[in-house]
Amino acid sequence: MSMLSDALGSGITGFTRLVTGAQARWIGCAPSAVQRIYFANHASHADFALIWASLPYDLRVRTRPVAGADYWEQGRIRQYLIHEVLRGVLIERAGHARSRNPIEIIVAALDMGDSLIVFPEGTRNTTDEVLLPFKSGLYRTASMRPDVQLVPVWMENLGRVLPKGEIIPVPLLCSVNFGAPMKLEPGEDKATFLERARRALLDLAASIRPQ
Amino acid sequence: MAALPHTLLLSAGILGVLVVASVVGRVLKLKVAAGARHAVIDNLNARVKAWWLMVAVIGLALLAGKGGVIVLFAFASFVALREYTTIAPTRRGDHWVLLASFFVVIPFQYALVWMEWYGFYSIFIPVYGFLILPTIAALRGEVRDFMQRTATLQWGLMICVFCISHVPALLTLDIPGYADRNAFLLVFLILVVQSSDVLQYVWGKIYGRTKIAPQVSPSKTVEGFFGGVATTTLLGAALWWITPFTPLQAGVISLGLALMGFLGGLVMSAIKRDRGVKDWGSMIEGHGGMLDRLDSVCFSAPIFFHVVRYWWSA
Repeated sequence: MSMLSDALGSGITGFTRLVTGAQARWIGCAPSAVQRIYFANHASHADFALIWASLPYDLRVRTRPVAGADYWEQGRIRQYLIHEVLRGVLIERAGHARSRNPIEIIVAALDMGDSLIVFPEGTRNTTDEVLLPFKSGLYRTASMRPDVQLVPVWMENLGRVLPKGEIIPVPLLCSVNFGAPMKLEPGEDKATFLERARRALLDLAASIRPQ
Repeated sequence: MAALPHTLLLSAGILGVLVVASVVGRVLKLKVAAGARHAVIDNLNARVKAWWLMVAVIGLALLAGKGGVIVLFAFASFVALREYTTIAPTRRGDHWVLLASFFVVIPFQYALVWMEWYGFYSIFIPVYGFLILPTIAALRGEVRDFMQRTATLQWGLMICVFCISHVPALLTLDIPGYADRNAFLLVFLILVVQSSDVLQYVWGKIYGRTKIAPQVSPSKTVEGFFGGVATTTLLGAALWWITPFTPLQAGVISLGLALMGFLGGLVMSAIKRDRGVKDWGSMIEGHGGMLDRLDSVCFSAPIFFHVVRYWWSA
């Protein structure tokens, strides 16, 4: 990482902390340097930056977001940000022409030893639903690398700070909540696992929310 | 009467109380808790520590003059409104209204206070904000829960911006025979209201038996209320020498401030219970958020301002 991109990374995390008043709460696990896939709810463009900002520096430089190539490959600034600053793992999403299997790309990134941030809903949630159904990528990745810890991450309020299509963020208080790590059980089928993972995220959300 | 001896005496008094509180906290920690974790004593010490910081910040703002005080309370409004809207149920269609609230209404309200334009800052939010903000929301086209959303945000602006802005507005009052000493009015208000909170807490902790509003605020007791309000009245009367009031007037006004402060705490607690949170935030260690500390000030500041303006200002 060059000095400029390092500085930009710190700038982004600092700005995100300031605007969101971000509070990282390690509820189910500690911020320790083990390989993990953080799977989170996705409500805004600032989601990566916020999870990133919540990680201690030594973890942050070893954690890469998995992002949609169709969005991030457009334009020089986005390309620079995703490749040099965020060190994103770009995949081609369903519905777009795919030249490479996205799971292969994700597994290759895991094999380099880095942790990943994924949004299993597949797209930003702008509906009234709390959490959209999960795509199968999390299951397929877990079945190929079953030893990697899967950590649910619930981001509260970020969708309200910067809803889809808006440019200026509202300075509400956000929190990033890290739940207890889970793994794919031997013999667990896709539907059961995805439901269990989604449930884990919803339970985490319920545990930190009022009511 | 010169202002300087008063400033020194008052500062010495406040610092003396903080020193005593710090020593008592340290002794309690060693003797009662034997150095171990103790929820009540640790919280007490965290609160005292935060009080040192708050006194320092308010002191510095007062030294900086009107501008410093206005910037400090504009920031307090910003943080308070942020805590309020964080737990308020808003929708995507409120985005522009929220942006306008934070980045237009707050700076504008405090700019009007700076300009000492009483006729405008006292109606800007209740009239213009009240009419224009729902219009913006309506133009965004989202109608779901429209009445609740509009009412919720208007109430938040009234509490967090309108009410709090009356604290620095005290500096703009023109009181015959009290020139250049308005800062004492601000200190009097904050001292009386915050002491009332502390005294009600202390009386409640020592003698509290009967809950006054168990559904709303389990920590408020009848004994704490009467003990706190009575001692606050005496304290306020004893501070008459920094005000334009007689000792009797200072006592009566302090009684009013303690009552309003109590009601503020009660109403803001009701909102917290409704939304299922214990504290408004975590900004001030031991106290919770900005609104946990300012709830009583929100309710008492406008009343104090208008009482002084009506009976004492030129």
